[in-house]
Formats: sequence, C-alpha cells, structure tokens
Amino acid sequence: MKLRVEVVALDCLMVRLFDEIAEANMPWMLAASESLRAAFGEHLIDLVPSYTTLMVHYDLTALSPVQARELIAEALIDLSPNARTGGKCHVLPVWYDLSVGPELNLLSQRSGLAVAEVIRRHCEREYQVFALGFAPGFAFMGLVEEVLAAPRLNTPRKRVAAGSVGIAERQTAAYPVVSPGGWNLIGRTPAKLFDRHRDGYSLMQPGDTVRFEAIGHAEFINLGGDDTPLEAQA
Amino acid sequence: MSRLTIEASTPLCLLQDAGRFGVRHLGVTQGGAADWRSMSWANWLLGNGLDAPVIEITLGGFSVVAEDDCVLALAGADLGAQVNGEPLAPWRSFRLHKGQRLQFTQPLLGARAYLAAPGGFDAPRVLGSSSTVVREELGGLDGMGRALGRGESLGYSGNSVMLLRELSSEQRPNLNLNEPLDVVLGAQIGEFSGQSLFDAFNSVWSLDSRADRMGIRLLGTPLQYQGKPMISEGIPLGAVQVPPDGQPIVLLNDRQTIGGYPRLGALTPLALARLAQCLPGAQVRLRPVVQEVAHREHVEYLQRF
Repeated sequence: MKLRVEVVALDCLMVRLFDEIAEANMPWMLAASESLRAAFGEHLIDLVPSYTTLMVHYDLTALSPVQARELIAEALIDLSPNARTGGKCHVLPVWYDLSVGPELNLLSQRSGLAVAEVIRRHCEREYQVFALGFAPGFAFMGLVEEVLAAPRLNTPRKRVAAGSVGIAERQTAAYPVVSPGGWNLIGRTPAKLFDRHRDGYSLMQPGDTVRFEAIGHAEFINLGGDDTPLEAQA
Repeated sequence: MSRLTIEASTPLCLLQDAGRFGVRHLGVTQGGAADWRSMSWANWLLGNGLDAPVIEITLGGFSVVAEDDCVLALAGADLGAQVNGEPLAPWRSFRLHKGQRLQFTQPLLGARAYLAAPGGFDAPRVLGSSSTVVREELGGLDGMGRALGRGESLGYSGNSVMLLRELSSEQRPNLNLNEPLDVVLGAQIGEFSGQSLFDAFNSVWSLDSRADRMGIRLLGTPLQYQGKPMISEGIPLGAVQVPPDGQPIVLLNDRQTIGGYPRLGALTPLALARLAQCLPGAQVRLRPVVQEVAHREHVEYLQRF
C-alpha cells in the first residue's frame, strides 16, 4: 500500500491507497473509510469510495485545508485491515434468459462455453462490491472469471430495463433503474436494488459480497419481476 | 399556507436547495442550485435559511400567479421578469398581490434566476434534500424528481416580512464574466503536456451548447493527457475533466459520483457560481489558484450573508 493524499478541489481531498483494482484492497478500504468517518465526524460532508481511492469532502467553513490533511493523517496512522471483510452477503436471484439477457449468446461464443455453463460460472463466484456509482444503488462488482470477461458494447443501449444483470470486462452489475447502458446483459433480477424507504437506501454497500442464484421464470414472476423482453421496452 | 399557481414552465425550471449530502457513497448525486451564491442571496433577502428550497429558472419560460398577497425574492440572472407586465429587476424582495402574475420572458443577463418564498417552498425531503434530480427520480414537489409543471401549486408556510430589501451595488454579484475562473489544481495536473498546461491557462475557452446540470463542455485548443488510464474515482463539484477528445468538461451539481477521466483540477465554488450564469457561446479563461488563498476568499465571502 502506497498511501497518498492529493488535492482535488477546494473542499475535497483524495486519499489514494492502491494503484490497481484487487479484491485484497477491500479490508483496507473499509478500515480507512471507518477511520476517516470517525476522525471527521460532523465536518464530513461526503466520503466517496471507489476501487482504490476515498474522496473526502469536508466542511470548508469548519476546517482549513491544512487541518483536513492533519485529520486524514491521524485517521490513517497505524491502519490495520478490517478483518470483518465487508458487511452483508447477498444472494441475488436472477432469471437468466435470452429475452432479458441477449448477450448470453455472445458470451457463450466468446468463451466457447455452452450458455448453461456461462450461467453456472457467473453464479459460482462470490463477488465483492467495489464501489457504487453511475446511478443510485448501481454496484460495481467483481471480479468475474477471465473467460466470462467481455468489453462493453460498441453502441450503448438507450434503454436498459431495471434489474438487468450485465458484465463489462471483469466486472458485473445490476441496473437499479431504467437507464442507458453498454454492459453485456445476461439476465434480470427481481430484487429492488435502491429503495428510498429502506434503511440505508441501497441494497448493496461497498464491501458487501454478492452471489447470483439462477431462478426459473415462474419464480422470477413470483418475486415481482417484470419479464417484458428487452426489445419490447426499447 | 400560501400558494402560487404555475401558469407556464419548462423542463429547466426546478425546485432546488443546497443539495443532497451524505449519500454520495451510494451513487446518489449532489444536486442543488447550480449558482449557490444567487440561491443564498434570494433566501437572505427574505431572512430564510440560506439553503431553503427555491425555484431555479433557467433561461425563462416560467410564470406564476399569486393566490394570496405575498412577499417573494428574486436573485441571479435577469430573465426579463415582469409583474403584470411591469419590469422587475433581480436582487430584491418584492410584493406580489393576490391575482398578480410574475412572468420570466427571456435572458437579458445571466442564465439562472432564483425565486424564493418566505420560509422556503414546501417540498418533501428525499434522502435529506428537496433538490430535483430528474435522472435519479429524486426530489421536487412530489419527491419523484419531476421538473415543475403548468397547473402545479407552489406552497410556502413562512410569514411574509413587511420590509422589502434590495442588495446594494457592492453586495450584488457581477454576472458579467471578465475575471478568469479560478481552478484549484488537481492530482493529474503534471500528466498533461507542457503545451497543454500553457494552453489550458492562457487561451480562451468558449462554452458549448452541450451543457446541462451534469456538466458544461469547453471548446478550444484540445488538451493532451499523457498519463496512464485512470481507475474511476470520486468526482468533486466543479472538476475540470478532460476526455480523450481533449475538450474539457466542467462537472456540475448533477454529475455522476465517480468517473475515470483525468482532471486539471476543480473550479472554486465562487468560480462555479459565475460559470453557472454563462450562456452557450460565452468566452471564459481559467486561472490556477492556490488552495489556501481560495479557501480564505471563500470563507470571507460567506461572511457577507
């Protein structure tokens, strides 16, 4: 770990902990998050974690840039990884079907694996939530097996249905709401990923782990899923 | 409670406050008034908290009729406001009698006007704020992120102060852009070519028409980033990011929370307030500023309220 603190705005400092994306970063990132939240207390406006960085947005009427740097230094001294290895472990039910996950075929062709095997392998791993971004509750998860990795679509779709599960490079994610998107879609989850009435709002939080579980059409509908084919929604 | 009825509106007329905070780690954007300074003055004129919900009117096309006698305040752009056809200049509080119409016609100076009501306009707080973010379906009158629409009713619960106020010429922000926009230099500044650094701070940038509450694109000599591709990281308000085409984009209130383009730095809040009042085609310059100096200037400015 090569820790750096960089200025990014008048009231924001970037704490850079790593240079590469890795699952092993997570215990350190969580520990640093907790420690920074505690150190800044009510003077913290927002803490934005990403794969290798934590952006600290602080109240500039309460702290000078020098004081903010001092707080960061204090918070990160003697940091030890958070052995709690994240928060919750979620199981996300997914209806894997060509009508809602048209790139199942593409992934099968690229990997030389049967569609059923692509699905089995996507479900096999436990993924880490690296960061939330793009949209409220959109969790960047990884890493998928190398053989399932695929670049984003050349032309993003104008409209991706809520619940759509996709792969981009070695990351996987589910779209919380209808939005444009360029990920390779392989299925759809009926789970509500962002709910303003839920405690904590987002189903998944950085540091959580996620496993996907293949379900049939009947169960998908039972759980409240919308099976409108992707093309019909375009 | 007193009311105004909306007679005309556009998708650019939005209920805003200071923004949504404490939830950005969940991917929720900041939102809030693009020109925080004018919003603050509009509220100050009525003795409100500076962050009380106001109406952000961009470019015009908005009109309301008073259902009760009231005192409102207007700050920011001069969008050709009229009360029953009589011109109304910004930076003041004013009386609107029952049945009178307040109408915004066209931009005469600046881009965004802020209309405040006693105690702030009533709206549910969603994730701690009433700021409207259409893309995220958060905030606004019904909490679902919709722009203000014709026929809707704007309520407010505060008492109208009887004394009208007007900002003195010293208090009044100058919306004419002459001074360069201050940029706090960021982490990737050393990864741009020497020529690009020279160009960034010595050439004139013109504002593209591709501009919204997510960001404003600057057109000029393309800038060259020579560093490694970046891993996505948190984006501060005002970040000047440079995508591969070399044309910088200044990221505003409704930006995505994380992103992977290199940045020159970020505009100071005061520079942002000025940029938010620029129309497409306006010409601006950028100027590097020392963080401590900009911090002092900002804190001093806040003491005016």
